[in-house]
Amino acid sequence: MPLADKLVSSFLAFELDIDIQSPVHNIRTDAIKSFEKLGFPNKKLEAWKYTSLNKVLKEDYTLFSKKKNVLDFNKVKDFFLDNTESYKLVFVDGFFDSFLSQTSHDKADVCIMSAALSKNKYASVIKKHFNKSIEKSDSLSQLNTAFSKEGAYVHIPKNIVLEKPIEIIHFATGNESALMLQPRNLIVIDEGAQVEIIESHQSLTDNPIFTNSVTEIFVAKNAHLDYYKIQNDRLTSTLIDNTYISQQRDSNAKIHTFSFGGKLTRNNLNYYQKGSYINSTMKGITIIDDKQLVDHHTLVDHANPNCESHQDYKGIYSGSSTGVFNGKIVVNKIAQKTNAFQKNNNILLNDKSTINSKPQLEIFADDVKCSHGCTIGQLDQDAMFYLRARGIPKKEAEALLTYAFANNVLESVNIPSLKSKIKKIIANKLGVKLGFDL
Amino acid sequence: MLTIDNLHVSVEGKPILNGINLDVRAGEVHAIMGPNGSGKSTLSSVIAGNEAYEVTKGDIIYQNENIIELAPEERANKGIFLSFQYPVEIPGITVTNFIKTAINSNLRARNEDEMPANKMLKKIREIAQLLEIDSKFLSRSLNEGFSGGEKKRNEIFQMAMLEPSLSILDETDSGLDIDALKVVASGVNKLKNKDNAVILITHYQRLLDYIVPDYVHVLHEGKIVKSGGKELAHELEEKGYDWIK
Repeated sequence: MPLADKLVSSFLAFELDIDIQSPVHNIRTDAIKSFEKLGFPNKKLEAWKYTSLNKVLKEDYTLFSKKKNVLDFNKVKDFFLDNTESYKLVFVDGFFDSFLSQTSHDKADVCIMSAALSKNKYASVIKKHFNKSIEKSDSLSQLNTAFSKEGAYVHIPKNIVLEKPIEIIHFATGNESALMLQPRNLIVIDEGAQVEIIESHQSLTDNPIFTNSVTEIFVAKNAHLDYYKIQNDRLTSTLIDNTYISQQRDSNAKIHTFSFGGKLTRNNLNYYQKGSYINSTMKGITIIDDKQLVDHHTLVDHANPNCESHQDYKGIYSGSSTGVFNGKIVVNKIAQKTNAFQKNNNILLNDKSTINSKPQLEIFADDVKCSHGCTIGQLDQDAMFYLRARGIPKKEAEALLTYAFANNVLESVNIPSLKSKIKKIIANKLGVKLGFDL
Repeated sequence: MLTIDNLHVSVEGKPILNGINLDVRAGEVHAIMGPNGSGKSTLSSVIAGNEAYEVTKGDIIYQNENIIELAPEERANKGIFLSFQYPVEIPGITVTNFIKTAINSNLRARNEDEMPANKMLKKIREIAQLLEIDSKFLSRSLNEGFSGGEKKRNEIFQMAMLEPSLSILDETDSGLDIDALKVVASGVNKLKNKDNAVILITHYQRLLDYIVPDYVHVLHEGKIVKSGGKELAHELEEKGYDWIK
């Protein structure tokens, strides 16, 4: 049975497992109907022109893992930050792992979606925010909504500055043959509040894992968000990351996406500016090889005057890997004095790798500053000779130049242990032992 | 130390060097002079192993080993250093980190232990002082936004840090004002000893007032057309290159 049909028909079984009296359930039933109508996206759609899910959809996935698998912390501790105190929300095969997690209800709610969807004390937040920012025509988001049940729930009340970062890790043990996961995260940051979040999806198996994740983020007036996505999964994993950010006046939301792993990674990153004087920042480093594919689709909806958006994506491609960058910026008629900047710089290390880079600007206001720049090149051969003539081996010279190329994106990472972790991943990815400690 | 034997080099099929012969022994300073386009920079690049040039004939023997097939980094590991005429700007790597990486790469290639951080730091300070380099300069991105003089001084800084046995200075004097030239020259002179050798590639005789060569060679159309002592440089300064062709 094709995966789409299997998903639709399994919805009844899913309903046996959840509270169908909950107000959220109507949203789920609407969503499954939508998905049934829309189906999975295919290459005929402009937004999926360069990325085919065909192979991914052919696997016979287990849709709901039956049993909770227990992880030994020592075996997975490398996936957490070193020497850094943090809140932790850890999920294993879609289930919350209370042993590895460190939740809180102290200054803020750092807990789980299943609780938020079922308990009364969260009802007002859920009612106000759950599924409110989702793009209705996006079938994958609809699919996730239909099966929404578990994931991270974070609510930072007014003027609370969370001093410890929150780590959200979704593990897949793959004790099943192949597994599909649909985590659903909700992050609500109230007026003047501030939080740092690190999210990753990590398979612990070579069985195929297909993750279709949705994260809704609401950033209220004058609130600050720093969000880091670490995409360094195994080459048997596929991730569709749908992230929706709604920002209110004077707020600041930064998302860094570090893409090094995975077989296929699609990032749909959507920013909606719902007030004035908003700052939205998206940065990314992609370093991939082999047959990997990373597809960044960003959208910034400038719907109000005097807002800014900054995009800076760097990509380094080798093997027969493929990169996609599609940056859509919409500037509404009333969004005067918008500053929207977009950069996408790429290096192809050989002639078998590909990058498809496309800016998409739709500007309806007349007093705006918008710019976009895209470059595609190779490593500078003069620079290579210079480094090698100083005794630095070819591979390390390549790694140094690659690192130097991506460095400015790393500079804005504010958590030191995260920065050094990413440096380590980059060195590892480039096959060198350099520390890059400048 | 270095013997170049009948070296022929082409770039994209076009011959640039047409049978160079040169012998450099430890302790010597050789100056190679010649008009623009005579092949001076090609010669220095080829000794350092630039793969953009094709050696069509001849050998380069360094410390009794034919190095013609060696990669640039392998030549550097053996103690060959090229001071670039146009050092490349590399944003995102600091001068300090670059030199650390280079030194430790060379040590690793020679199966020696990496240099301890405190020793490295001490050496960096000493040499910066010798070359009158401001410490702020060392934490800047490599060559990025450096003036011509700063770039050349940075090359000599790297040379002093790496302690090569053969240094090739490719037009290190071009574009330097007299004060910068004196600093660079005195740095080179202080580093000079009986076990190492220097090849100065230059267009101008001026540098040779400060770094006195044992031999002067004139390169023309890819061949050494005349060799002599340091007085040859003065003669060239007076008469130009035309009388030699």
